[in-house]
Amino acid sequence: MKRQSSWNIWTVAATLIFVGYLLFLIYPIITILGSALFVDGQLSLGNFASFFSRQYYFDTLMNSFAVSGMATVLALLLGAVLGYVFAMFQFRGKKLLQILIIVASMSPPFVGAYSWILLLGRQGAITKFLQIYLGFGEINIYGFAGIVLVFTLQLFPLVFLYVSGALKNVDSSILEAAESMGSRGAKRFFSVLLPLLMPTIVAAALLVFMRAFADFGTPMLIGEGYRTFPVTIYEEFISEVGNTNSAFASALAIIAIVISLVIFLIQQVVANRFSYSMNSLHPIEPAPVRSWKKVVMYILVYGAIFIAVLPQGYLVYTSFRNTKRMVTVAGYSFENYANAIRRDGVSIINTIRIPLLGLAIVLVVGTLLAYLAIRKKNAFTGLLDTLSMLPYIIPGTVLGIAFITAFNSGVGGTGFLTLTGTVAIMAISFALRRLPYTVRSSEAALRQIPVTIEEAAESLGSSRLNTFLKITLPMMASGIVSGAILTWITMISELSTSVLLYTVKTRTMTVAIYTEVVRGNYGIAAALGTILIGFTVLSLLLFMKISKSDSLTL
Amino acid sequence: MSEIRIAHARKIYEGNTPVIDDLSLDIKDGSLFTLLGPSGCGKTTLLRMIAGFNSIEGGDFYFGDTRINDIEPSKRNIGMVFQNYAIFPHLTVKDNVAFGLKQHKVPKDEVEKRTNEFLKLMKIGQFESRKPDQLSGGQQQRIAIARALVINPDVLLMDEPLSNLDAKLRLDMRQVIRDVQHQVGITTVYVTHDQEEAMAISDCIAVMSFGEIQQVGKPKELYHRPHNEFVATFIGRTNMLDGTLLHEGGKAAIELAGGYRIPVAQLDAATDQPVRVSIRPEEFVRCPDGPIEGTIVDSVYLGKDTDYFVKTAFSDRIQISEESSFSENLVPGDSVHLKVNTAKINTFTKDGTKNLLEEVG
Repeated sequence: MKRQSSWNIWTVAATLIFVGYLLFLIYPIITILGSALFVDGQLSLGNFASFFSRQYYFDTLMNSFAVSGMATVLALLLGAVLGYVFAMFQFRGKKLLQILIIVASMSPPFVGAYSWILLLGRQGAITKFLQIYLGFGEINIYGFAGIVLVFTLQLFPLVFLYVSGALKNVDSSILEAAESMGSRGAKRFFSVLLPLLMPTIVAAALLVFMRAFADFGTPMLIGEGYRTFPVTIYEEFISEVGNTNSAFASALAIIAIVISLVIFLIQQVVANRFSYSMNSLHPIEPAPVRSWKKVVMYILVYGAIFIAVLPQGYLVYTSFRNTKRMVTVAGYSFENYANAIRRDGVSIINTIRIPLLGLAIVLVVGTLLAYLAIRKKNAFTGLLDTLSMLPYIIPGTVLGIAFITAFNSGVGGTGFLTLTGTVAIMAISFALRRLPYTVRSSEAALRQIPVTIEEAAESLGSSRLNTFLKITLPMMASGIVSGAILTWITMISELSTSVLLYTVKTRTMTVAIYTEVVRGNYGIAAALGTILIGFTVLSLLLFMKISKSDSLTL
Repeated sequence: MSEIRIAHARKIYEGNTPVIDDLSLDIKDGSLFTLLGPSGCGKTTLLRMIAGFNSIEGGDFYFGDTRINDIEPSKRNIGMVFQNYAIFPHLTVKDNVAFGLKQHKVPKDEVEKRTNEFLKLMKIGQFESRKPDQLSGGQQQRIAIARALVINPDVLLMDEPLSNLDAKLRLDMRQVIRDVQHQVGITTVYVTHDQEEAMAISDCIAVMSFGEIQQVGKPKELYHRPHNEFVATFIGRTNMLDGTLLHEGGKAAIELAGGYRIPVAQLDAATDQPVRVSIRPEEFVRCPDGPIEGTIVDSVYLGKDTDYFVKTAFSDRIQISEESSFSENLVPGDSVHLKVNTAKINTFTKDGTKNLLEEVG
């Protein structure tokens, strides 16, 4: 083979992708870094100093750590216990429950927050029931407790999926070996199984923490006076846009990136330290359970999953009730849907077309990038691979701010690529945020394909491009398609970036729901939420059909 | 069809010492040529350089008169068979075989005809519409061979094609490859670490170690007249013993520890020196008046043959091999008498690098 000096399809692809990342990742980050660090043209740490010196702002950071930490602990506990029970024991309805857990994990995050307000808020259904019939006083779901509740229920499915996946890789002979040496039940769980699951649990914990830490919609809706960091960033930016500049919000954004980066690095270090490989010839067979343990198990499993899908279920129910602003009135109808389509019909179409555009970018760039990183390994493609991971640590709100700042008046104020307010900027931001996941999963799919298969094609006279199109891509296809559906689901429920980037014309359903909730149009929000959940469930069913499995590996 | 010529080949992986430093080789047109050696000896590296999947850091590679160094693998007109078969899993058996012809823009009816011909030759016609994952390893390898040969390549390259098959199937496929190669008459380079397989299949073998060719020759030459100690021990089994070459009245003999002397008339012209002697297990013959006294240490019954391990004055443990017989019942501790079939022993210099027989011509 010739040295890689000449231009071929791969060097062209690599260069284009690199330019793309320069424009849409490096340049925006540098822009906000610049506006955070330069005060009146002078290099200054003033913005950072004023953050740490003002108790009010610093408190929001501490609040974020508190809710994220608490939610992580609870989600871990619930997710790991359910994962264990599902793997080890037999019970009825397992398949349906598994699907419900996945639905809960895939539903738009802040929709859960909104549903809980409908249930336990001031006018909530459960609140009223408790107050009227059981004589409860004021019930306060808002603030710390509410955020933690919603985060926990939103994120424990992730832990469950991680732990279930890991337990699938534990060979039953390991458990039998432990048993033959006298270790059973709880003792075996703590001495054998838990250490085996440790890497997974640590990885899940950090992922859950990061998601909770970066989430914007939930604390915005249910937090009220209890402010978290992403909410502060958003509000600072929104309030600054009108008057001076976005310097202070940019400084907050930089702090958010640094925190995410630290968490990410800890995750990498921990993952490396704990990692070992298992392969399981004989997966664990679930065993039957008897007596009181069975009762406890059923209550736990069905109870937890009922609570997890309760908000979605109640939202669907509410959407058919007649509503007058924030209060439901007697009777059922499709009026909410009619209003939703009349007022927010555009957002439904946007929710299809913008994510589809983003998906197209993700598929092309993700597949090419994975191929470059695995098959054409060198310093440059390694750099691309690292760049593709970078958005993983950038909270959605931060990316939104960076995009607005960077493209408001074109690149460097030149008017070239004045993208703010366009469909393109939304699609690109969606793609950028999702690419870390797609690149990883495509790389995994590619690693499954032996290089010799491509060499065989080449030895038979096939050109590089032809080999990629006729051999490599078809073999990756099933992985790419199922990955694409998951990408689609995450894109349609995206809020934290789009809430900053949208305009009247590019408003998506999540933004519409958010706006309607803020305006108090609960019925319309419920109808839109139901449509969104419908999209999600349909996509999930399609995913399960294509990937021929009822479980999800992340 | 063409001859393959390699002159001063050199392979270095980035920042390392060369895997292959300076290797030259001629492979005759139409022959089945085997690169044989332990893992890590550079045999697969060399094969992949011929195929074009490894870069060439020095030297010249020729197919016939064409220098192929800078030609893309897809343009070298090679057929390649891989250790893991590398069958395209998403294509049917027939489409796998037809793939190369389609790449070469062969007319449709010609593709059909040639594909069927090779499906038949490799006896896989009945599976033509199946997907490869429904077939056994042996059948998959048949597809791989058909796929490689159907494009009428100049050379056929095979990278350990049998190592993923079970023992019985390996013997069958060995014969299949040999037969097909003879029928088609294509120049074939075959890589293996299995010396028995190499002996059975090859017209000519190059034994490699640490990126260097130790010896090139017919299977028989390698077995009976190995160039050096490495080849003697790698091809077949042997007993390597220390000895001294000396002359008595102009007659050469090798004296082993304990004073036993083996007369070696072929070495009369060589000078006295310490040597290494290779005596294959079957060249020790048990007979009542044999001059070597020994004690049985252990025996291994292998069916057709029986191996004995014997302690003698010159070695704690030599291996001898003889045809089994039902009546025989030697047990550890029994004493035996042995003689050596002197015509077939090989004598090397003390450092094992040279066969003294070659030196004296």
